Order: sequence, then structure tokens, then C-alpha cells
Amino acid sequence: MNTDAKPLAIHDLTVAYQDKPVLWDIDLSVPSGVLAAIVGPNGAGKSTLIKATLGLMPIAAGTVQMFGQPYAKARQMVGYVPQRSSVDWDFPTNALDVVLMGTYGQLGWIKRPSKADREWALHCLEQVAMADFAQRQISQLSGGQQQRVFLARALAQRAQLYLMDEPFVGVDAVTERAIISLLQQLRSDGKTVICVHHDLDSAPEYFDWVALLNVRMIAAGPMKTTWTPENISQTYGGRTQNLIRGAA
Amino acid sequence: MSSTFAIILTGILVAAACASLGCFLILRRMAMLADAISHAILPGLVAGYFIAQGPSLLAGFFGAALAGLITVGLVELLKNTQRVGGESAIGIVFPAMFALGTFLVSKYYADVHLDADAVLYGNIEFVGFDHWYLGETDLGPQSLWIMGGLCLINFIFITLFYKELKLATFDAGLAATLGFSPILIHYGLMAVVSITTVGAFTAVGAILVVALMIVPAATAYLLTDRLPWMIGLAIGAGAIAAVLGFGLAFMLNGSVAGAIATITGVEFGLALLFSPKQGLVARAQRLARQRIQFAADTLLVHLLQHEGSPEAANESTISHLQSELQWNNKFAQRVLDLAQRRSLVRCQGQQLELTTSGRERSQQVLQLGRG
Repeated sequence: MNTDAKPLAIHDLTVAYQDKPVLWDIDLSVPSGVLAAIVGPNGAGKSTLIKATLGLMPIAAGTVQMFGQPYAKARQMVGYVPQRSSVDWDFPTNALDVVLMGTYGQLGWIKRPSKADREWALHCLEQVAMADFAQRQISQLSGGQQQRVFLARALAQRAQLYLMDEPFVGVDAVTERAIISLLQQLRSDGKTVICVHHDLDSAPEYFDWVALLNVRMIAAGPMKTTWTPENISQTYGGRTQNLIRGAA
Repeated sequence: MSSTFAIILTGILVAAACASLGCFLILRRMAMLADAISHAILPGLVAGYFIAQGPSLLAGFFGAALAGLITVGLVELLKNTQRVGGESAIGIVFPAMFALGTFLVSKYYADVHLDADAVLYGNIEFVGFDHWYLGETDLGPQSLWIMGGLCLINFIFITLFYKELKLATFDAGLAATLGFSPILIHYGLMAVVSITTVGAFTAVGAILVVALMIVPAATAYLLTDRLPWMIGLAIGAGAIAAVLGFGLAFMLNGSVAGAIATITGVEFGLALLFSPKQGLVARAQRLARQRIQFAADTLLVHLLQHEGSPEAANESTISHLQSELQWNNKFAQRVLDLAQRRSLVRCQGQQLELTTSGRERSQQVLQLGRG
């Protein structure tokens, strides 16, 4: 592994539904050890960017590299938190078992999780303050608790780079606080975290790096220099007068 | 081995082989796809026989598995055109495949025992007569061997790939990012469903295969919230249906396969009504309990509002509950019983008053309502 390589480097990425471009010629290079937000209006292609990066959607053109390698070779270093609504929470299993799924990538085909994997999964649940709910059927968890289980599952992946799709959607204020302090903890451990985020108010407070996206990449860089009224209004097409407060 | 025992054992093996796979079909919301495969394997079966130049078990399995996968592939293809919705795509593909099979049967195998009735309804009644021989040695009923083998295959498949099946079913996106191709797992599962269907339909027929795949698994889903238990309960429900179904058919002198499938439906109905957690009866009881509890809280708040005020004497009587809160006599009595049992309310003749804990509870309730 090339340790100097950027955790995520995207070049000329274009993604399209049939002939309708969802992402146009995206260039994005995220440095190591930042807590980054991908911000943009509805339909800007924020989730699509994450999914295309992870190979969950076909790419029309361009390249994606993680730590200097294509994703297929860097899988073990990348943790993914999908949108909570993307799975069926009536699935017959408990919280611990969902977190254990995070270890499957390292296990590979057929091999079963060991006792040590279980203990690791429980430890990850502890980190999101959900250890007491380990045996709870997942449909009986609140939205915020389900989101925490998803985060614990990503922690169980032991990744260097985390990609999260709207981790704050539908969670209560307490959970939002717990999640952001966990993300900050990851950053201080030297990990890189990239979140799709749609709340303009909290973005400059929570994150130190930002990518402003609206089908094209409008601007990307450290929050301090990138979070400007011009960039934001260009991203939102001038419909943001009432939305921006934290902008420099 | 007696013929009766062979029939019952075949039924149990068919049920176990089908129900275990069915759990994953139910969780993947693919009950209709099982239906489609069960019909669409027919042309594959005929094509297999055609290539082998006669009814051959191996060719039949191979052809059917291939036809099953082609069906799944065609359905995916149709869906991807975005001109046809999901369920409609299934509805278009499987009648076409089945019709092709029926046509091929009538054209090439009109004289063989591969007739449409056998395909649809099976003939489990005759499994005792069709024995396998190794030289001179009688190995026993052929279908027992086939279904035993399929049970073993399914058991091995689910055991080996349990982790992958679970992950791809719960979260296909994560499965893909972790390097477990959900498409490969999907087609693998469909291949096993296809060969199980071929093996099972000679015994119970194409329609009833679907019953045994889907209904016991759906029953089990109502009874548990753990996947290993769900698989175990589904196999159990299927096996019980096989035994009771045989008994029913024997008593009434009717179709064994029909009786087995009917019992699976009865089992599902019972689970739907009486499942401890998810059953309709349990839910109705839960709702009734909640209603009484809420009413008790309403009573506490009502008493608190008027406590110490001049009209309290009038507002806090039992008869007032009926006239002003619009509760009928029986309901008011039950609410009052609950409140008194929990020592929240004291009864002084016709007069009601809050106890200390009742006052605390009512203040809590008001807080919650505001929060």
C-alpha cells in the first residue's frame, strides 16, 4: 500500500442514468485525517457519488482510487454506512448480529465469525453506547438506535476510510451529538470520514472539510476556505439566502 | 419399507428441502419468483429429456436448473428495461416458459408419463412403487433418494453460505462493498431453488412445491425474530403438514399433496391469529390493554384538574365518568379497577380522589404530553 496516497481520489467521474447525467466530470481528492461533508441540494448526486465510489453503481467514465488502489483492492480499508432506510429492519436478527456483519469482509467466503469477532462486535456496540441492546431484535430499536448500530457495524470493519450516507437523518438530538463525537474520535485516531450531509446549518460546525456538489463539483477543500457564500449560492443556484448562517 | 411410510417420509423430506430455502425467499420478498421457477422449469426438463433421448434424472435436473436461471435472468432483464414493473415481469416470463414446456411435452412426449397433470399435481401416492435397483439389490423408493439428496444439498448450501445468504438478504449493498457478490448469491440461491423444485414436483407437483416453499417459511416468520429459529420452525411446520396432510388424505381418501398444502395454509392461519408476539389476537389484546391504560391516565389527569376546586365534588364521581367522559359502565369499571389495583385512585363512596402516587403519575403524564 502506498501510504502517501490520498484516502480517496476521484478523477473525471461521470455517472448517468441512461443518457441523463447524475454526476458530471467529478474531480475530488480528500486528504487523510479529515472529517469531510459532501453537501448539495436534493438530486445533486450526493448519495450517487458514494455509491459509484464503492462500485454499487456503474460508472460511465472516470476513475476512483482509494489509498492509491482501485476499490476492489482497497475494500478492507473502507467502511460503509448506507442510508438507514436502505434495509428492512424487520429482518429476523439482533443488533449484535448486524454489527458482526462488519467483520464478514475480513473473514471472506464461508468462514464463520469466531468468539473473538463477537467480542469485537460487542466492543463496537459499546463505542456507540448500545451494548445493552446487543440482543435486541432490530425492529424494536428506535431510529437513532438503528443508526448507531449501523455505525458500530462500520467500526467493526476496522477501516481507515469511512463513507457514510446521511448518518444524521431521522435521529434525535442526543444521537446526533453521540454520532458527531464518535466521528471526531475517528478523526483524531487518524481515520478519514466522509459523510453525505444535507443540513447547511450544522455542516461548518461538524466538519472541517467540505465538497460542494450539484451534479458538478462546485468547490472542495478545507471548510474555512471553501464554505463561502459564493460557493454555497452557486451550489444551490442562489436559493439559499435564508439557509446560510455559518458561511464566512 | 411400507408404501405408507415411504410416502410420509418423502413428504417430510420435500417439506424440509423446500421450507429451508423458502425462508430466504420470504425474507428477500421473492415468493412470486419461486412460483415462476416452479412453472418455468418445465421446458428445461423437456429439453433435458430430449438431449438425453429419454427421461433421465440427471439431464432433467440440469435442464431444469438452467431453465430456472434463464427465468430469473429474463425477469431481471425485463425489469431493467423499465418498461415493465417487477411483479408484471414475473407474470410475463413464467406463463411463456410454462406454455413452451407444455407445448414441447404435447409434441414430443405425448406418450410418456410426463403429462401436465403429473407436473401440476404430482403423484406422491405412487412413490412407494418406483424403486431404484443396483444390479439385483433393491435400494428402496427412488424419490426418497432424490429428496434425501436434495435435503442434503440444501443443508450443505445453507450451512456453508449461511453468512453470505444472511448478509446479501439483509443488506445487498454492504455485501457488494465487502466483496460478496449479491448477484452471484442470488443466482446460486435460484439454482438451488430450481433443482429442489424439480426434485419435489415429481412428488407433490409444481403448484404444491410453491406452497411448501413459501407458506411454512411465512408461518415461521410470524413466530420468531431469529433467523436460525425461523429456518428450524419452517422445516418443522412443513414436516408436520406432511404428516397431518397424509393422515387427512388417508381419512378422506383425497389427494395427499393437496391435503399437505392445505394443512400448511391452516398452520399459517393459526400462526397469524395466535402468534405470541405478532399474532392478531395478541395485537388486539395489546391494543385493548393500551386503551384501558390510556383511559386510566385520562382519569388521573381529569381528577388532578379538578382537585381542590369547588366543582370537584361533582366532577369526581363515578357516575360523572359515564355521563361526561362518555365511558360506558363496563369500561368505566375496568378503568377504575386498574387505577385502584395500582393504588392510584381511592374510592370514598361515589367520590373518587387521587392517592399520592396517583397525583405523581398524573403529573408525569402531563409532562410527557407536553414533552
